[in-house]
Amino acid sequence: MSLDNAPDAAFNEALIKEVLEQYPEKAAKKRGRHLNVKKTDDAGSSSCGVKSNIKSVPGVMTIRGCAYAGSKGVVWGPVKDMVHISHGPVGCGHYSWSQRRNYFNGTVGIDSFVTMQVTSDFQERDIVFGGDKNLEKMIDELNVLFPLNKGISIQSECPIGLIGDDIEAVAKKKHKETGKTIVPVRCEGFRGVSQSLGHHIANDAIRDWVFEKSKPEWETGPYDVNLIADYNIGGDAWPSRKLLEEMGLRVVGMWSGDATLAEMERAPKAKLNLIHCYRSMNYICRHMEEKYNIPWVEYNFFGPSQIAKSLRKIASQFDETIQANAEKVIAKYEGLVADVLAKFKPRLEGKKVMLYVGGLRPRHVANAYDDLGMTIVGTGYEFGHNDDYQRTTDYVKEGTLIYDDVSGFELEQFIEKIRPDLVGSGIKEKYATQKMGVPFRQMHSWDYSGPYHGYDGFAIFARDMDLAINSPIWSKFKAPWKAA
Amino acid sequence: MPRQIAFYGKGGIGKSTTSQNTLAALVEMDQKILIVGCDPKADSTRLILNTKLQDTVLHLAAKAGSVEDLELEDVMKIGYKGIKCTEAGGPEPGVGCAGRGVITAINFLEENGAYDDVDYVSYDVLGDVVCGGFAMPIRENKAQEIYIVMSGEMMALFAANNIAKGILKYAGSGGVRLGGLICNERQTDREIDLSESLASKLNTQLIHFVPRDNGVQHAELRRQTVIQYAPDSKQATEYRQLATKIHANAGKGTIPTPITMEELEDMLLEFGIMKSDEAALAELEAKEKSLCG
Repeated sequence: MSLDNAPDAAFNEALIKEVLEQYPEKAAKKRGRHLNVKKTDDAGSSSCGVKSNIKSVPGVMTIRGCAYAGSKGVVWGPVKDMVHISHGPVGCGHYSWSQRRNYFNGTVGIDSFVTMQVTSDFQERDIVFGGDKNLEKMIDELNVLFPLNKGISIQSECPIGLIGDDIEAVAKKKHKETGKTIVPVRCEGFRGVSQSLGHHIANDAIRDWVFEKSKPEWETGPYDVNLIADYNIGGDAWPSRKLLEEMGLRVVGMWSGDATLAEMERAPKAKLNLIHCYRSMNYICRHMEEKYNIPWVEYNFFGPSQIAKSLRKIASQFDETIQANAEKVIAKYEGLVADVLAKFKPRLEGKKVMLYVGGLRPRHVANAYDDLGMTIVGTGYEFGHNDDYQRTTDYVKEGTLIYDDVSGFELEQFIEKIRPDLVGSGIKEKYATQKMGVPFRQMHSWDYSGPYHGYDGFAIFARDMDLAINSPIWSKFKAPWKAA
Repeated sequence: MPRQIAFYGKGGIGKSTTSQNTLAALVEMDQKILIVGCDPKADSTRLILNTKLQDTVLHLAAKAGSVEDLELEDVMKIGYKGIKCTEAGGPEPGVGCAGRGVITAINFLEENGAYDDVDYVSYDVLGDVVCGGFAMPIRENKAQEIYIVMSGEMMALFAANNIAKGILKYAGSGGVRLGGLICNERQTDREIDLSESLASKLNTQLIHFVPRDNGVQHAELRRQTVIQYAPDSKQATEYRQLATKIHANAGKGTIPTPITMEELEDMLLEFGIMKSDEAALAELEAKEKSLCG
């Protein structure tokens, strides 16, 4: 790799200073704590030198979501054989309808309900007199309309917490009447500073209303694992599951992309938990470790070097047969990897990338870019915590610009001054970046592509990055009547 | 525009009784009156209507679907000498949001012309200004004067001071003023002095001292005001005096100056309602000694 595309620490430090100077003193002080440059002495002990998971500064146009988004949108929404009620006024459910591309097998409206928008549509009357009666009626109606649903989750919107509705009592009553799992989730949007608390609340609801309420009959095997926190965006979980199965492991639960309630219920019977998105589901893994003595391993299926590393790490938890299988799997895909690299690496090598994603990918995809000869020059999390930044130090190079809960202004300035070859972030950043003449890929939704996980996903990932960066459109960016 | 007034005060202090008796006296002075009950208990109009409880805006709305499905006639009843009566109503205790209910009901009444063709709109609001909903009558373009019903009891004084804080909050943006304190006698020590002292500290007046009289209870048992039940009684005269004073008090409200907890406690010490820690300890010691001895 050439030296000239490496992150420039001095340049980045000056850039942070320049950006902060534009703020009023108080805002500059607050935002200053969220911006830094990765240094070696930070490694291991620190958090890339930034503060995280604290309240956004008002007026900076943060792109963070809310606790409801974290629970309904991320953790619970993909569980396919349950109906998820957006409990409250219609907007929250409507505007988060099918936003996450959580793929699933099943027939919508019959045995799967992921792409349906179900809301209690609160009216003034429900606010004044409480919505519990309506909720009961709704659960009854859902059971008539969709008799094959395995359970119902109640995703609280803000008013539920404000008026103090007792959704737990409704859940208990309806569970008693119907025998079905009913999960009340207290994920009111005003709780916490981002969607992150919603993940935690949703995890706790799994613990209290799924694990505590069910006794699954399940014949365990020595190689039973849960694939935790893969939301099957664009089908991500499927190539991941394939690799684990090829290794000889039995995936007994896949959470929560393409998941069934039964998979969640029997999870405590597995031998090992494999967690992909640490941020959103470490809570339940820690709980299963404490209560059921199930160890957990973080893994990363983005890009061949991390995949091989992860397969070996997972295999090391099992016997020699599995370890040998892991090597076989790695070897099996060597040809595919070589073909992908031969085709795309020459087209992508030396390119600089800036990322700004949610709570996992700002570090997890870094090595996939490295495999293609590209360099991450800046990265940051929307709602990461200290432990995420700590883990990031292992992934990014010296001098990388780090930005937590970045503001619209900051990100625009950073892109403008660094002029990377590619920015990976969300839909809100996409068009502003492209108008600056910088190629862009959505890294939440995979820009309607995917999957990106596993070896199969890597081929698609490489193709998509090439599509974005080497599109002929960029040669037309300069108006022909303007002097070069 | 009608003159809008509101009665606030600690729960159980006698707001509804005082307000209905006063309004019954006002109607004798040829004033056209609308009562807006803002308490989920919906007991602000029973003495005027001589009925048990009136159907409330919110309960009728819940039955019909929403307030849009209601007509004004459905919710407005005519009582003693033509007084128009409405009750906001609200959820049963422990569920929903009564404050939002008050907002919904008041908006409905205003939009549907309940405030047209009356000289007075009187709000009767529950115990304390616990949230934005119960502050609705204090907000812009609502009540011009607030009358706080209180007594010489400690908690009633605390509540009165708190309500003054609520009024102060909205006094700057809207036109709301404190009309005065109405002391509903509980026969505590130096009650008038204490009430007057609090009134002056709050930058207002003790507009009337309503003596305790069993006639009020006798009338209430018959779901009537004293004015209606015993028009010639001494107590009826008291309410007429209060009505006259309120009528003459238009535009004379003040911006209250609520006092701190310490000031309030000092005042109570001064009047001997509360004892200082030292005094309380000394008393306890004396008591213990007498018991041991």
